[in-house]
Amino acid sequence: MTFLAKPSVRHRKLKLNELGLSHRDYEGPVSTLCAGCGHDSVSAAITTACAELSLPPHRFAKISGIGCSSKTPSYFLDKSHGFNSVHGRMPSVATGTSLANRDLHLIGVSGDGDSASIGLGQFAHIVRRRINMLYIVDNNGTYGLTKGQFSATNDQGSTNKRGVPNLYASIDLVSVAMQLGATFVARSFSGDKSQLVPLIKAGLKHPGFAFIDVISPCVAFNNHEGSTKSYNYVRDHDSQVVNADLVLPQAEITTNYAPGEQENVTMPDGSILRLSKLASEYDPRDRLAALNYVQSKAEVGEIVTGLLYIDPDSSDCHTIMNTTEQALNELDESVLCPGEASLAEINASFR
Amino acid sequence: MLNWDSNVFPGILGRTCDRPCEPACRRVRAEDTPVAICRLKRVAADYKGDIQRYLPTIPSTKNGKRVALLGAGPASLAVARDLMPLGYEVHIFDRGVAGGGMMRSQIPAFRLPEKVLNEEVDLVLDMGVECHFDYEIDSMKNMLSQQFDAYFIGTGAPRGRDLDIPGRNECSEHISIGIDWLSSVAFEHVDSIKGKVIVLGGGNTAMDCCRTSRRLGAESVHVVVRSGFEVMKASDWEKEDAMAEGIPITNNRPPLEFVHENGKLKGILFQCIEQVEDENGRLKSVPTGEPDVFMEADHVLLAIGQENYCPWIERDLGIAFDKWDCPELHEETLQSTLDNVFFGGDSAFGPENIIQASALAHKAAISIDLFCRGKDVLKDRPVAGLRLSSTKMGMHEWSYDSNYDESVRHAVPQVDSGLALRDIKVEVELGFDEKLGLEEAQRCLNCDVQTVFTEQLCIECDACVDICPMDCITFTPNAEETELRASLKIPAENIEQALYVSEALKTDRVMVKDEDVCLHCGLCAERCPTNAWDMQTSVIQVPSLAVPSLPLTEEG
Repeated sequence: MTFLAKPSVRHRKLKLNELGLSHRDYEGPVSTLCAGCGHDSVSAAITTACAELSLPPHRFAKISGIGCSSKTPSYFLDKSHGFNSVHGRMPSVATGTSLANRDLHLIGVSGDGDSASIGLGQFAHIVRRRINMLYIVDNNGTYGLTKGQFSATNDQGSTNKRGVPNLYASIDLVSVAMQLGATFVARSFSGDKSQLVPLIKAGLKHPGFAFIDVISPCVAFNNHEGSTKSYNYVRDHDSQVVNADLVLPQAEITTNYAPGEQENVTMPDGSILRLSKLASEYDPRDRLAALNYVQSKAEVGEIVTGLLYIDPDSSDCHTIMNTTEQALNELDESVLCPGEASLAEINASFR
Repeated sequence: MLNWDSNVFPGILGRTCDRPCEPACRRVRAEDTPVAICRLKRVAADYKGDIQRYLPTIPSTKNGKRVALLGAGPASLAVARDLMPLGYEVHIFDRGVAGGGMMRSQIPAFRLPEKVLNEEVDLVLDMGVECHFDYEIDSMKNMLSQQFDAYFIGTGAPRGRDLDIPGRNECSEHISIGIDWLSSVAFEHVDSIKGKVIVLGGGNTAMDCCRTSRRLGAESVHVVVRSGFEVMKASDWEKEDAMAEGIPITNNRPPLEFVHENGKLKGILFQCIEQVEDENGRLKSVPTGEPDVFMEADHVLLAIGQENYCPWIERDLGIAFDKWDCPELHEETLQSTLDNVFFGGDSAFGPENIIQASALAHKAAISIDLFCRGKDVLKDRPVAGLRLSSTKMGMHEWSYDSNYDESVRHAVPQVDSGLALRDIKVEVELGFDEKLGLEEAQRCLNCDVQTVFTEQLCIECDACVDICPMDCITFTPNAEETELRASLKIPAENIEQALYVSEALKTDRVMVKDEDVCLHCGLCAERCPTNAWDMQTSVIQVPSLAVPSLPLTEEG
C-alpha cells in the first residue's frame, strides 16, 4: 500500500466523455491493497468502463461482502452509493437494492471466498433470481486477507507458496452461473484490460444478471511457480474464445477488428454488442455447448476467457415479478396508498 | 555554493536573469506557471550567510602563466573565477572605474542594488586578480605585445543601435541611445529627464529605460514598439513590471520621422501596421492604411538593439571576423583564428544575456587552461557525464521530496510603489523570505529524479499504469515512433521530448512512458510489487573548472 494520495493534477489533454468528465472523475481514494494486486486493475477497468460509457458517477450503487476484493468498491466511483455488507451476503443486499431502486446502476464486487465459500448459497440464488446487475468476482484462488490458505476456486494440484498441493476439486463459478440461468457470463483476466474493459461495459448494459469472473492474481500469496492463478500461468494458458465490444448507438460503426467471425447483438438501448470469435467453433449463445467447452478446456489446463455465454432475449427479476416501473423512492402517496376503492377491488377479487 | 559554482553571480542573476530555465520548467507542461527558479536563486544568495570558508583557496605560488581578460563584465569575471584557483596570474582590463561591465552600467539600481553587485564582483576580484581599471583598450596589437600566454575578450556588445530616419541628426540633442543613457544614469552623470519621453524598442533595455525615466521625473513615459506585443523581446515579467508602474506600451507603430522645429524635437510620426500571417504561417507586417500617428515627445530614448563593436581589434592580427562583424570562433572551444585569443559573452556570438555569458566563460576557461598546459583545446576537453543513484530509502521512503505540491506560483513581494517610484535606488522586489522561498521550492517537480524501468522484473500487473496521475505509462505493442506516440493512453504530442521505451516484455508488448509530463511523484515505483520501477537521482556534469569531477558511470 502507499501512504501518498494520488495528486489531483491531471494531464491537460485527458479525454473527456459526453458528461465532460474524465476517467479521473470516476476514481476513488488510493487503494490500500498490496502493490501489484490484480484487484486494483479491476477497479481501474471499472473506472475506465464507466467513464467511456459516460454514465453519471453518482447514479451507481456498489455492493460488496468481505475480503480484499470487497474492499475495492471504496477505490472507485467515490461519488456513488455503496454498501459493504456481511461476509458472503452481498447478494441479499444487492437484491434489496435492485428492488428498491431499479434506476441505479448496480455493481457487486465479491471474491472467491465471499462468493464460492461462505457465500455460495447466496450466489446461487442471486443468479437464479436474475437481479439486474453486474456481478464481478475478483478471483485469486486464495484467502489473501488471512495469509494465503487455498480458497474454493483454487485448482486441484495447484500449490501454495511453500509447494504444498491443494487436494480438493475447485468450484468453477462461470459453470455454476451458466447452470443456474445467468444470461451474461464472462471470464477475464485483470492483466488484460483490452479484454476486460469492453466486457465490463457490455455487462453494465446487459438487461439482467451479468457475471464476470476475473482472474486477479494475489501478488502476496498466489503469484508463484506452481500456482494456476499467477500472472505468468494465466498468460501462458489463456484461451480467448469471444471478445466483446460495445458500440454505442450514436457511435460510428467501424470495422477494425482482427480477422475472425463477427456477430452483432442489439441491446435494449440501441447499442450494439459486437462479438468477435477467436475460436471459430464456439457459439456464445449455446449454453450447453459453452458449458461443455469451458469444462473440456479446463481438463487440459486451459483457461477459457471472453464472453462465454449471452442470452440475447434475457429478462430480469423486475420483469419476472412484474414490479412497478418506478424506483420506490419516487412513488408518491397516491400510488402507495390508493384508497378505499382499490382495497375493495382487491378484496372483491378474493371472493 | 552550487549556485555560485555554475552561475558565478547568483545574487545578480537571481534578480536580473532572462530566465531561459523557466519556460523549460516541467511545471509549465504539467499546469501553467513554472517554479520561480530565478527568484529562488536569489533567496539562496540572500540567505547564504558567511561563505568565506567554502571559497576555493588561491595558490600563493602561481603556475607561471599569465592571462589577460579584456573587459570586466560577467564573462571575464567568470573566467577569472575559474582560472584563479588553478594558480594563473590573471589581469583584467576595463575602461570603467569598477568591475561588472554592463551589469553595472546598464542595469538600473531599482532592479539590482549596487551592494549585491559589488559583493559578487568583489568575490572574484578579491581572489587576487590584477585589475587595470580606467584603462581604455584601444589596440589589440598593444595588448598582444604585452606577451600574455592567453587573451580572453569579453568586451560585450557595447554599441546601441541607432535609428536613421528623417530628423535624427537635426534634433540629436533630444535623442539618446538607451544603453548609453542608462550608464550615464548609473554613473550619476544624468539625474533627471524632462517633459514627455518616448522609448522606442521592445526589449528589456527599453523596459529599463522607461522605468528609469519614470523615476527621474519625466512628465510622461510612453513605450512604442515596431512589432506586436506578443513578439516583443522583453521578458513577460519586465513588461508586466513596466505596465504596473503605469507606463503604456503601444505596439505595431514603426517610426517614420522625428518631427522638429528648428532642431527642437516636437514628437515622432508613426506608421500604423498590423501583423498578418503569410501563407507559410510566418508573421508579416502589413500597413493598416490608417493615417500616420503623431505622438508628442520632448526626449526619445532608442532601445532598438545592440551590436558587437570591436574597432580596436586590428584586422591584420590573424583574428578573423565574419560578415556580421562577429569573430570567427570554434563553437565549443571559443578559440579564435589566433590560437591564444579566446572570446566569450556578448562579444562572441552577439548580444545574449548574463547567464549565457557565464556558460560561455566556463567553456572558454577550460580552453584557456588546456591551451596554457599545451594540450589540445578540443580533444582533451572533459566530457559531460551523467551519474544515477537510487533514492530508495525504505518502504515508501525516498531521499527526495516526492509528494506533488498543488500550490500555485508564489508572487514575489514588492515595496510600496510610491516609495519605489520616488527613489531610483530603492529595489522594487523585496525577494522571497525563507518561508515563502521554501514553499515555492516545494513546487519543484524534481527533474533530477528519473524513473528507471527494469524489464526483467516487470510482471505486467498494470499497477503503475493505474496509479500514474498523468496517465503517462502505457503497455502496448511496439511500433514505429509516430505510430507509437499516437497509440499511448494520451498521445505524446511534444516530439521534442523523447519517449522512454523498454525492451520487449513477456507479452511481447513494451512499456512506453511519455516523459513529457512526468511529475516524478514516484507513485509508479511505490505501487510496483517487484521494484521494476526505481526512482534514481541523476547528476549531470557539465564540464567546468569550478566543479570537481565526479566519478562517471555513463557518458551523456
